[in-house]
Amino acid sequence: MQSTDLQTTQNPLSIYSRSFRVAAWLGWQIESNWTDPFLFAVYSIIKPLAGAGILVVMYSVITNGNFASPIFSYIYLGNAFYVYVGAIMSGISWAVIDDREHYKTLKYMYVAPINVPAYLIGRGVARFLVASITVIITIIIGFLFLHVNINLASINWLLFLVSLLIGVIMLALLGLSLAGISLLIVNNVWFIGDAVAGALFLFSGAIFPLEVLPAWLRPIGFAMPVTYWLELLRRSLVGHIAEAFPTLQSLSNLQLIGILLGLTVIFGTISFFLFRYCEHVAQERGLLDMVTNY
Amino acid sequence: MRVSNNPYSPSQVLPHHDGIQPSDGGHLHKNSGWRLYLQTVIARSYPRVVGQMRDVSWMFFDTLLPLLSVCTYVFVYRAIHAPEDYIGFVVVGGAMIAFWMNVLWGMSSQLYWEKEQGNLALYIMSPSSLMAMLLGMALGGLFSTSLRALMIIVLGSLFFNVQYAIASFSQLFAVFILAMVALYGLGMMTSSLYLLLSREAWHISNLAQEPVYLFSGFYFPIKNFSFWISAVASLIPLTMGLDAMRQLVFKTGPTLGFVSVPIEIIVLCVLSVVFLIAARFMLAYMEKLAIREGRLTENRR
Repeated sequence: MQSTDLQTTQNPLSIYSRSFRVAAWLGWQIESNWTDPFLFAVYSIIKPLAGAGILVVMYSVITNGNFASPIFSYIYLGNAFYVYVGAIMSGISWAVIDDREHYKTLKYMYVAPINVPAYLIGRGVARFLVASITVIITIIIGFLFLHVNINLASINWLLFLVSLLIGVIMLALLGLSLAGISLLIVNNVWFIGDAVAGALFLFSGAIFPLEVLPAWLRPIGFAMPVTYWLELLRRSLVGHIAEAFPTLQSLSNLQLIGILLGLTVIFGTISFFLFRYCEHVAQERGLLDMVTNY
Repeated sequence: MRVSNNPYSPSQVLPHHDGIQPSDGGHLHKNSGWRLYLQTVIARSYPRVVGQMRDVSWMFFDTLLPLLSVCTYVFVYRAIHAPEDYIGFVVVGGAMIAFWMNVLWGMSSQLYWEKEQGNLALYIMSPSSLMAMLLGMALGGLFSTSLRALMIIVLGSLFFNVQYAIASFSQLFAVFILAMVALYGLGMMTSSLYLLLSREAWHISNLAQEPVYLFSGFYFPIKNFSFWISAVASLIPLTMGLDAMRQLVFKTGPTLGFVSVPIEIIVLCVLSVVFLIAARFMLAYMEKLAIREGRLTENRR
């Protein structure tokens, strides 16, 4: 019998990297190839810009357009960066629904020589890219037309990039836990990403300082890594404004990074093991090729 | 009589009952005309009404989650020290979002889902009217969504101690009913477009969420837009419906209204008639077009 010249790899890192790259490319195709690039670009930015528009009009109605106030920059930037939360977390959990219910390919992912968590995280990359464009455009509009107090000379780029990187990893790991739960639930599986993103939107102080929340709800916000992530991003862009709000005033940038890193490790570990547990249960119950028709 | 040699065919597996045998010499009684229309409406609304009694998870997903959004926007208003009536605006707007979501995903996109699952061709082949099916969806959806909206209003009002000052119950009732007729008429009209759509259907529905939240003024009075923006936004029935409701249930409402309530009632009447008639014609036209272009069974995924 002749040996084939097919090359396989047993190196876990290589399998991880291949799964991630191919999934990222696949995710991009699924997200974007339903229409022409122009329409896709318009579609990608209109929705989040409309979301920002709601806050801008609400603020404008009450303050008669006093956009120079620090609270406006706080709200606007928090909302802009929050686009990442919904996009990354929903992007990863949505991959399970898409592959299982729509394309009916999830079972094939499990018989293919890939790393499934890497594949699912890779599927979130497309949404991350689209979200990045949206965030940039939203911030540019805020800077040019709405007096968001960003001074280009005083931006702390190192803090910004480090915070962004940690945050994206944290969101991807949270998305993995949602993907695990999506493997098990039937009804309302479509809403799980939006559900968690909606809850975090409220409790993380994304668009209002946590002091506005009732005192008994604030601890939830302080336990969420997203709270510290958004604070770091705000501080890196508009340091003097962000530090004026009392929520995390007593903490230095380094302390905030330490807390964010710690919470990322804790939530990341929980997410990984939760995903593996849900995956095991889904295999035991034969749910991987389930089609619910919901 | 043996109809099939297949031992698993329904005629072999199911026992024969006299009750389902044709009783008049081999002719089954079939409804037609208005009886069939009514039967179709009831049949299509049935799963939407009964479904939610069997699966109560909607109480969490369709009530608690929108309530989180409502809470978030309420706290934004609190952070910028808005007058208390604005809190009520958010609660009422958040409840009315449920209807927009239902029209968008449960009416307009429904024919696309049916196509994806292979039911659409069966609908078209059946002797029932597509208009009757959509009306059934609308009535069932309206009932179930009203429950959701009511829960959001009750819980939101209790959480944030919203004070209402209802000026006229009769006008409020009229505005709500007219807004719903016009809104679901719009849903029936736009659903005809989804007969032709494929993968892009999901994206289009998704795109129609936030921009409508913005321009219909779900969280603030549309008077704050320029006249022409508000006028164009009023083509979506919820814009005028919501504006009129705010004027009728909040103390400061009348000062923040776009136009007076009687004018808004007239506009809603016109929109109701226009959308329902347009739905009738567009459905007939789009059905023919979809058949001609072979889109009814298309599944491009």
